[in-house]
Amino acid sequence: MSTFLQQLINGLSLGSIYALLALGYTMVYGIIKLLNFAHGDVYMLGAFFGYYTIKCLHFGFFGALISSMVFCALAGVLVEIIAYKPLLNSPRITMLITAIGVSYFLENGMTYLFTANTRNFPQVIKRVSYDLGPVQVSNVQLLIFITTIILLILLQVIVQKTKMGRAMRAMAVDPDAAALMGINVSGTIAFTFAIGSALAGAAGVLIGMYYNSIDPMMGLTPGIKAFVAAVLGGIGSIPGAAIGGIVIGFLETMFQSIGLSAYKDAAVYAVLIIILLVLPSGLFGKRTIEKV
Amino acid sequence: MKIKKMAGFAAAAMMCSAFMAGCTVKSAASKGNQAGDTIKIGVNMELSGAAAGYGQQEKNGIELAVQEINAKGGVNVNGKKKKIKAIYRDNKSSTSTSASVAAQLTSQDKAVALIGPATTNAGTATIPTANKANVPFLSASATAPDFTLDKKGKVQPYVFRACFKDDYQGITAAKFAYDTLKAKKVAILADNSSDYGTGITKAFKKAFKGQVVAAQYFQAGDKDFNSILTSIKSKNFDALYIPAYYTECGTIIKQAREAGIKQPILGADGMSDDKMIKIAGNANSSDIYYTTPFTALSAATNPLVSKFNKAYNAKFGEDAPTFAALAYDSVYMVKKAIETEKSADSVKIREGLAKLKNFKGVTGNTTMDAKHNPQKSITIVKLENGKSVKGYVVK
Repeated sequence: MSTFLQQLINGLSLGSIYALLALGYTMVYGIIKLLNFAHGDVYMLGAFFGYYTIKCLHFGFFGALISSMVFCALAGVLVEIIAYKPLLNSPRITMLITAIGVSYFLENGMTYLFTANTRNFPQVIKRVSYDLGPVQVSNVQLLIFITTIILLILLQVIVQKTKMGRAMRAMAVDPDAAALMGINVSGTIAFTFAIGSALAGAAGVLIGMYYNSIDPMMGLTPGIKAFVAAVLGGIGSIPGAAIGGIVIGFLETMFQSIGLSAYKDAAVYAVLIIILLVLPSGLFGKRTIEKV
Repeated sequence: MKIKKMAGFAAAAMMCSAFMAGCTVKSAASKGNQAGDTIKIGVNMELSGAAAGYGQQEKNGIELAVQEINAKGGVNVNGKKKKIKAIYRDNKSSTSTSASVAAQLTSQDKAVALIGPATTNAGTATIPTANKANVPFLSASATAPDFTLDKKGKVQPYVFRACFKDDYQGITAAKFAYDTLKAKKVAILADNSSDYGTGITKAFKKAFKGQVVAAQYFQAGDKDFNSILTSIKSKNFDALYIPAYYTECGTIIKQAREAGIKQPILGADGMSDDKMIKIAGNANSSDIYYTTPFTALSAATNPLVSKFNKAYNAKFGEDAPTFAALAYDSVYMVKKAIETEKSADSVKIREGLAKLKNFKGVTGNTTMDAKHNPQKSITIVKLENGKSVKGYVVK
């Protein structure tokens, strides 16, 4: 039983990271119907920026977290302006392929600049473990949960309560009508990229603290898994992405705990296939009728 | 019709290859690369990428050996002293790049011998090129059991290595765990995405006299081992065996110690890189043992190692690491092959390497067996607080 509870904790910390990443996927998809495959690499940029602020500028953990979020927001907007904006009115497949190109550019660009070596992330917070009855939780894990929850609440407030959030929601329903109502389309898109990328940057720093190892290819697998999480939750749905992320985290953990560790990635991708076959709009997605 | 077409293709292919062969062998009638005034050694190495830690160490070892040999005037080739020139090329820890780098070194740079790659997968990818170009290649650290053999179990003529086989590491670790650590129950956590991890695991399981209570696998590049470790922790075991490369070993050790796994952790030579300790943290790197061909600790008893370690320290400012020692020996093995054969042509170097006997290197006395595997001793190093504190030599 204690093992099972401990596995829940493990799954929750992994799932929180996937949730933060999946949110970026889902928000961008909701607004401009683009699967931003470069999102995982923005997460990698976040981890590296955190690494440098701590190592060279001697920031504390929160300084690194916030500066990395700001940096990633800027990077996300920059990617949007350079790579996606000129293609806004072209077919969706063009943008999708561009996203893959951006992803390769970021991975190989970072490999060129910083080599493909794995680096150890400077541990600014001394790790402490707390025994909570049958389970053990470390302060880094708690930090991951709390940061994720705060960011989720913040996101919910931004989307539901602010003017910008209302613009985002309007864009998601009907971009043309939103533009006619005087909503600043390109500003709203840039804002969406900024928010999504900032969440990815936060995830990057948290992962760096948690695993103590970062490299330029680190965004690849988590990026794809976060995409699966977004699809599972219903792509375009913000609560769906958060829950999808946690579910994927649990699924991976459970597969490892029953001794099928070699198949944990296969299990995640099997979920993608099953969801697409059985429930293409995901757990929380809107079922829309395709007009022909 | 089909047969005609095929015959046409075959004829075209033959013409092509005849033409290309004509290109590469211009002046000499014999095959392979001939040495000029300098002896060119091609270094096909993991200088960046996931295995760059090993590649950089090996590059240092090679640099040191070449510098020493050239300082003494070079290699004695049938009475004439010739200097060595090492040509370094990065294979980026990738199998495809490794194959193209090997082709570049043999056909463009005209190297008479290749050293590297450091890892089994990248090494295996260069075998066809080496055989075709008739240039011997010596991997300092590719430890997979069948590395030097083809699929039918025949020896690859141009493939050699300077280290022992993986199964030897697995067998030694199994004995050491049972006899010295008194571990009757062992849990294994292995990398199943490399021949290295699977090969050692197989040998360990076969040789271990106690009970293997859990065997779990992961992929290279994984970072989260918490759930595997949690389920292993719930089992009753005396030692944890993790045959993997340093990146994952470091993460596993960190997460295992943080999850409260206090049992001794054993590994193979993949652990002998300082990066592992950096990732794991000094405090977590205690009660850890790994099998390795070399440790700077034996400088106290072996004058050869002590001289090498001093020179390494002077040049690079640290104690000599394992892979540097193996690569250092590799260069001297090529030197000895040239001197016994009295020729620095690639085909002759191959013969010299195959006949290598009682070669005295810093990683022990080495004799090449019929399958191009060196017979040599093995060392087990103990880590305490991130420092190597003790070396056990196993014959």
